[in-house]
Amino acid sequence: MTTSTPHRAQAPYWSWPGLIEGARLTLPLLPGIVVFSAAFGTIAAQKGLTLAQLVLMNGIVFAGAAQLVALEVWTEPLALGTIVSLAVVTAIVNARFVLMTASLRPWLGPLPAWQVYPALLLTTDATWIVGARYHASGGADASIYVGAGLVLWAIWVAAAIPGYLLGAVFADPARFGFDLMLPIFFTAMLVQLWRGARRAIGWTIAGAVALAASWLLPGWWFIVIGAIAGSIAGGFIHDD
Amino acid sequence: MTTDLVSGPVAAILAMALAACFTRVSGYWLMGHVPMTLRVRRMLETLPGAIVVATIVPIVAKAGVPGLVGIAITFAAMLLLRRNEFAAVALGLTAVGLARAAGL
Repeated sequence: MTTSTPHRAQAPYWSWPGLIEGARLTLPLLPGIVVFSAAFGTIAAQKGLTLAQLVLMNGIVFAGAAQLVALEVWTEPLALGTIVSLAVVTAIVNARFVLMTASLRPWLGPLPAWQVYPALLLTTDATWIVGARYHASGGADASIYVGAGLVLWAIWVAAAIPGYLLGAVFADPARFGFDLMLPIFFTAMLVQLWRGARRAIGWTIAGAVALAASWLLPGWWFIVIGAIAGSIAGGFIHDD
Repeated sequence: MTTDLVSGPVAAILAMALAACFTRVSGYWLMGHVPMTLRVRRMLETLPGAIVVATIVPIVAKAGVPGLVGIAITFAAMLLLRRNEFAAVALGLTAVGLARAAGL
């Protein structure tokens, strides 16, 4: 395993092979994304969305967990108040993306903003973890992020369609364990993010605070609260 | 007024998309306006793992025994199978399915 040199990291760059490599790194996730997307299509059909609305939502919102929670709020006819609630719910469930993209600054920071921001729009849990792990093992090719994001986007849009049309076939992802896809994939990635005990202290604090937050607060706040606590702890732990 | 121009569902989807865009760019933007001191750099270096752990622990705690079994198998597979994440994820999911089928 290559050792990362965070203080003198390689400058970020773009490449065509990086697009392919980024796509390849998402492979372990694809079965899970297909099932999740198809299940979302089924739920959208039950909620009365048209196929065009489903494709539009998957295409431009592109956030599985947020969309799933938003459909709980979705009640037609959609009054202005409901629309505002939907936007707020989406932002809250996606709040972890604020932290995820913040963590990309040391890697992508040297690139021009007009190149980075469009790439950031492809951020999902999977895009981010593929990129973070790649960068943690010393890589600097920003195309990894775009390659991973484009594949996940295409599948998120396409796989919802059979789910919408076929209905109940994919309605119960829990039966195959796919509802735990995210923590399981994150566990696999965590092994790759391992860089010694200093960060592990911050990670442990993150886990403990997140667990406490999940008991005390509704929704997805536990990720943001736990991660901020762990990150602050990591900032104060010295290894030199 | 906007709901006359575009139908309610489309307006709702556009609002959700704007909210999602905001979460995807704001953290990165913010970090461009914070001086990159050693402490900030250390915080950002700890952040990816902290996000991952803060996601895993509560979800798995809520999922009970099948969740714990799945995570343990995935972790063990990553260490034993030379960091082959495809196999580790497949084994982890299979473990969850089997544990649930066994009624754990």
